[in-house]
Amino acid sequence: MSAILTSETKKVLTTPLVNNNPITLQVLGICSALAVTSQMSTSLIMALALTSVTACSSAAISAIRNHIPSSIRIIVQMIIIASLVIVVDQILKAFAYEISKQLSVFVGLIITNCIVMGRAEAYAMKNPPLASFMDGIGNGLGYSLILVLVAFFRETLGSGKLLGIEVFQLAKDGGWYDPNGLMLLPPSAFFIIGLLIWAIRQWKPEQNEQPDFKIMSIAHGEGGHH
Amino acid sequence: MEAYISLFIKAVFIENLALAFFLGMCTFLAVSKKISTAMGLGVAVMVVQTITVPANNVIYHTLLKEDALAWMGITGVDLSFLALLSCIGMIAALVQILEMILDKFFPALYSALGIFLPLITVNCAILGGSLFMIERDYNLGESVTYGIGSGFGWALAITVIAGVREKLKYSDIPAGLQGLGITFITAGLMSLGFMAFSGIQL
Repeated sequence: MSAILTSETKKVLTTPLVNNNPITLQVLGICSALAVTSQMSTSLIMALALTSVTACSSAAISAIRNHIPSSIRIIVQMIIIASLVIVVDQILKAFAYEISKQLSVFVGLIITNCIVMGRAEAYAMKNPPLASFMDGIGNGLGYSLILVLVAFFRETLGSGKLLGIEVFQLAKDGGWYDPNGLMLLPPSAFFIIGLLIWAIRQWKPEQNEQPDFKIMSIAHGEGGHH
Repeated sequence: MEAYISLFIKAVFIENLALAFFLGMCTFLAVSKKISTAMGLGVAVMVVQTITVPANNVIYHTLLKEDALAWMGITGVDLSFLALLSCIGMIAALVQILEMILDKFFPALYSALGIFLPLITVNCAILGGSLFMIERDYNLGESVTYGIGSGFGWALAITVIAGVREKLKYSDIPAGLQGLGITFITAGLMSLGFMAFSGIQL
C-alpha cells in the first residue's frame, strides 16, 4: 500500500482539491455542476458517476496512449468515454431509477464534460495508467467537493432539508424557517459558485486574475488620465 | 403551426439551454470576452444544432428506438441504450463534414468560424439538445423547430453576456472576484432575467 501512496500520488490526488480545482480555477465541467446541485442526493450520485468515469477513462486511455494515432485521438477518447458513460447510465437506471430520472440528460452529458476530456488530453496521454487513474480520482474529488458544497447551501437554504432529512423546521409546519425559494432555481447556483470562487481566491490570492484595466486613483495619476 | 411557434419561443426564452439548463457553460464562460467572437461561436452552434438535432432524431426513430427495426423485419429489439454513442458519433462526424464543406465552398465563413467548429463537438449544448429531443420524444418537425430555437437561444445568451463583459472590464471589481467570479454572478443575474419569461403560457 505504501508503494502506491508515494508523494507523487499524493500530489496528484490533493492539488485538484483547492490549488488547481477543475471548476473554480480550470473552468471545466461547469454545466453539470450547476444543474444537478439543487439536491444533495443527486449531487452525490453525479459526483460519484463523474469520478468513476474520469478515473477509468484516464486509465484506459493512458494504457493505449502509445497506440493511438494523434490525428484521430479525440474520436478514440470520445468512444472510450462514451462507452463508460453508457455503463454508468445503465447501472443507474437499474439500481437508482428515481435518481436517474431526476438527473435526466446530465448523466449522458458526462461524455462532453470537459473535465473528462481535459484530463485525458492533459494528463493521461503523457503518463502511465496508475498515475492517470489517480489523477482522474483527484480531479473527480475536486469536482465533487464543489458540487457537495453548492448542494449543501442550495438544499438547506432552499428547502430546509439535507438529503431529504429536515434540518430547519419549516414555517408552514409550525417551525421558524421560511425557505428561500430562489435557492432551488437555476440562478442561485451561479451566485453560490461565484461567491465560492471569491472565498477561495481570498484564501489563495495567487489564483487572482489580473484586471484588463486598472482604475487610477486621482491622488497618484494627474486627473486620472490613462 | 401554432404548436411549433410556441415550441420555438419556449426553446429560445423559457428553456434557454445556457441560462436555464447550464449547457455549454465552459465555452459560454471562456469565449465571451468579445462580442464579435461570441457571435461567431453562437452562429456556429446554431447551425450545428439545426442539423444535428433532426439528424439524431431520424437515426433514433429508424434504428434505435424500441421496435424501431420493425421495417427490417426485426422485432423485440431495443437499442435505445446506444443513443449516447450514436448521438456523439453523429455530432462529431457532422461537425467534421460541415468543416470540410465550409472550407471548400464558403472559405470566408470558414475562416470566420474555423477555430470554433472543432470546439463545438465537445459543447454540451449540442449533445444536450439531442438528448432532450430523445427524452421528450419529439417528432421530426418538432425536432427541427427545437434545434433552431435552442441554438438561437444559446447564441442570444452568449452574445448578451459578451456585451455585458465588454463593459464590465472597465469597472472596479474586488481582486478575488476579478474575471471568473464576476462572470458567474453576471450570468446568474442574466439567468434571473430570463426566468421572468417562465410564467408565460403559450
